[in-house]
Amino acid sequence: MISALVSVIFQIIIILALSPLLSGIIKKTKAFFQIRKGPSIFQPYYDVAKLLRKDSVISQNVSWIFHAAPIISFAAVMTAGLLIPIFITRLPLGFAGDLIAVVYLFALARFFTALASLDAGSSFGGMGGSREMFVAAMVEPALMLSIFAVALNVGSTNLSYISQTVSGLGIDALSPYQILAFVALFIIAIAETGRIPVDNPSTHLELTMIHEAMILEYSGKQLAIVELGAMVKQLLVFSLLANIFFPWGIASREAGIVTIVLALVVYIIKIFMIGIAMAVVETSTAKWRLFRLPDLLSISLMFSFLALVSFIIVKGG
Amino acid sequence: MFFGIIAFYLIGAASAVVLNKKDRLCSYSSFISSAIAALLGIIFSISIIFGDTFSYDLSGGSYLKFGFFVDKLAAFFILVISISVFAVSIYSTGYVREYFGKKNIGYLGSLYNIFVLSMILVASADNAVMFLIVWELMSVVSYFLVVYEHEKPETRKAGFIYIVMTHIGTGFIMLSFLLFVGTSASYSFATFAEAGKTMTPLLKDLAFIFALIGFGTKAGIVPMHIWLPYAHPEAPSNVSALMSGVMIKIAIFMLIRVFFDFLGASQAWWGYLVLILGTISAILGILYAVVESDIKRMLAFSSIENIGIILIGIGASMIFFASGKPVLASIAAVAALYHLLNHSIFKGLLFMGAGSILYSTHTKNIEELGGLIKKMPKSAILILIGVLSICALPPFSGFVSEWLTFQSLLLGFNLNESFPRIILSISAATLALTGALAAYCFLKFFGIGFLALPRSKHAEHAKEANTPMLIGMGIFAALSILLGILPFYVLPVLERIAASFTGNLESFTFGEFATFSIPSGAISSSTPVILALMIIFIFIPSIILFLKYRKDQPVYETWGCGQPVSTSRNEYTATAFSKPVLMWFKNIYRPKREIDITYSTSPLLKESFKFESRIEQVIEQYLYEPVVGFVISRSRKLLKIRTGSIQTYLGYIFGTLIILFMYVITGGSS
Repeated sequence: MISALVSVIFQIIIILALSPLLSGIIKKTKAFFQIRKGPSIFQPYYDVAKLLRKDSVISQNVSWIFHAAPIISFAAVMTAGLLIPIFITRLPLGFAGDLIAVVYLFALARFFTALASLDAGSSFGGMGGSREMFVAAMVEPALMLSIFAVALNVGSTNLSYISQTVSGLGIDALSPYQILAFVALFIIAIAETGRIPVDNPSTHLELTMIHEAMILEYSGKQLAIVELGAMVKQLLVFSLLANIFFPWGIASREAGIVTIVLALVVYIIKIFMIGIAMAVVETSTAKWRLFRLPDLLSISLMFSFLALVSFIIVKGG
Repeated sequence: MFFGIIAFYLIGAASAVVLNKKDRLCSYSSFISSAIAALLGIIFSISIIFGDTFSYDLSGGSYLKFGFFVDKLAAFFILVISISVFAVSIYSTGYVREYFGKKNIGYLGSLYNIFVLSMILVASADNAVMFLIVWELMSVVSYFLVVYEHEKPETRKAGFIYIVMTHIGTGFIMLSFLLFVGTSASYSFATFAEAGKTMTPLLKDLAFIFALIGFGTKAGIVPMHIWLPYAHPEAPSNVSALMSGVMIKIAIFMLIRVFFDFLGASQAWWGYLVLILGTISAILGILYAVVESDIKRMLAFSSIENIGIILIGIGASMIFFASGKPVLASIAAVAALYHLLNHSIFKGLLFMGAGSILYSTHTKNIEELGGLIKKMPKSAILILIGVLSICALPPFSGFVSEWLTFQSLLLGFNLNESFPRIILSISAATLALTGALAAYCFLKFFGIGFLALPRSKHAEHAKEANTPMLIGMGIFAALSILLGILPFYVLPVLERIAASFTGNLESFTFGEFATFSIPSGAISSSTPVILALMIIFIFIPSIILFLKYRKDQPVYETWGCGQPVSTSRNEYTATAFSKPVLMWFKNIYRPKREIDITYSTSPLLKESFKFESRIEQVIEQYLYEPVVGFVISRSRKLLKIRTGSIQTYLGYIFGTLIILFMYVITGGSS
């Protein structure tokens, strides 16, 4: 019981501590490729700390939804964080929900953020909310198919179980269907974390942005919560990629302290690798027009479908 | 007890007629007695689910047996009806105040009671003749309820489409039943199950297809759904809540009855067909719902979607059952029943919510709403709960049933062939898309309808709904939450009901911390824990936010590139909000738009601007219109035999008689 509690609290701390750093590293990598110096990798911490000290300016049109939305979204994302194995499999709360529950918790977070975007009565907010839901709708079928492909391989949608099983498989885990599902999920991760070519996280041109348009009306402490929530979600999506497809090095709960520390180090390296890969994708592609995005996500859908079909072929009828 | 239920509905109906002239008294007497009957119905059905089946013979041994038969499955549906009717009746006492002095309350109150009674009787009829009589009663009474506001031409059109479609459906139901009667030589449902075992495969297939078309029409399965988006929105909102929430479920009940009990769900392809139709219904239903601006029509389309989700569960269950996997069949059936129960509650809630909006703003057009969260704060919270449930967001009720549906589709991989595996995963992917679009749709509904500034005078002068309406909605909102966070109480009950037709009782295991899991694989879920975690995580940032909360929080205009945007004209519209989906699926919607600009003197000065955008109902246009056109053109040809002279008509009668005599004389059967 005590060890479970410690494990949960430790996981919360790790998630909150690492997610701004991940954003910082992605920004730094992008700056490197753009031959800029770029802000320090710790800049996101400073930003959040600064915002937390500031007052919010609230639009006169808003209702309680606007105040509640950042908190509910943040809570949904953090709850999802406790269902995703970070560096230990056998999560103490892993029984409470599986991969599908994680997807729906992210959907809950998105729902409230998009709801708040409509609350201030600005066109930008509505545009952002509409586009966010549009992208989500395109992502969802591919996401579900890749979940199926992964779940079939191990026989469960429970994330701890998936990580445990895949890491037990060793190098055999790199089967064709697993790789195809990874490609599908990587594209989905781009869309879910709002990166180029789907969304541009660094733009402030209202007509091209999605996530930034939704949170346009937020300022001060509320913005800090929103930003932190987005960074946590990014870390969690990357963790899903890392621990579903490359869980090697992850520790089981009974592991000793050395193994756990080692697992933590391996986890951080994996996450940063994915972050850097994401930055490379971002700098090497241009943002796509909104109505071309169905093409991109159809590619993801096809990959996940191929993953399923190849699973059926490889594993036999 | 059963007759007590019938008695109270009849009292409700009769008192409404008697007290016709006194609006207030009439509404109380009819709706309170239906609420009492509903309470009795809840007790009665629970006693059957945990006890023995109920049967009663009315005929006393004559040739045509009439009677009642309520087993666990029927009791479940009586439970669903009764829960809905209880909340809707309370809501109705408030809602009908709108009609006081304008419309005949007695008419509404008595038909409402008879409508509910007919649904109860449909669920409990024990033979085909009696079934068809009460089924017809249900259809006709609901037709009269749909055309309650008959002074509006669109209402009359909706009623016409409804009555035609429902009779086509009834025709197919009769055909299906006659196939059974041909083998069983009796109209009793009990003998149908025996007949189902001895029928030839061809007859079984035909009986299946006819039942699917017949009951599918009532359920609103694509492509037999076309009446639903007309009829449900035109009925008074309390009746819409019952039609969408409950009546279409009765058709699902009969589908389960026919497929499992009568036909033994022996063919896997039946399951595939049901699954595919369910998937198509789900996706098409929600696609039309997303772009709809009339809130009640949107809810009606969403009912088609949810019927689709229920059918996905039933289809999967039939596939598993035919493949000899009763445990999986039972899980899929529980998923379907759970979603059915949830849908009856959150859709009832949303229709009542739409009724409240209509009551206080007199408009159903979402583009004229906005800002209602400030005018109707209590209704807004209740409707938000309904919205969160229908979007299947944790920890609300829809989440549990959609999660179960996904899991049952995933379980398809325990089957040995490749075909069902692929079909089930495509269905799951489509269901995922459906879920995301449902979130899109209801985000639009709540976001545009309730948030920001009012878009019209109607919305500006909106008032909070009255207390009975809030209580009615509150009951459903509470149930939506409870069904979400207490699945471990609901699942064992549903398991018993599913067991009554799949024959397998133990499908779920329940662990500590309110966990329930599915036997194969380590898949589990616990919504109470998710809720608890959410509350903890809501608490922590709230402290951060409000610890240094300033009383004089700076309030300022919404930012609009430096321009003042404090009017509702700057808001995003519902049409714009759903435009991306319209563009994405333009092959299905086939949007047409007309822009008409008139210029005054110079082409630079626009005098007026007219924009019109329409979408096509593909199925109506390409499936029904040719058929309707064909029927009408043939009927015109038939007009030739109408000469107008009595002699000719007598000649026709004489000719017919002669043919009939010949038929009798030659022995008929030869």
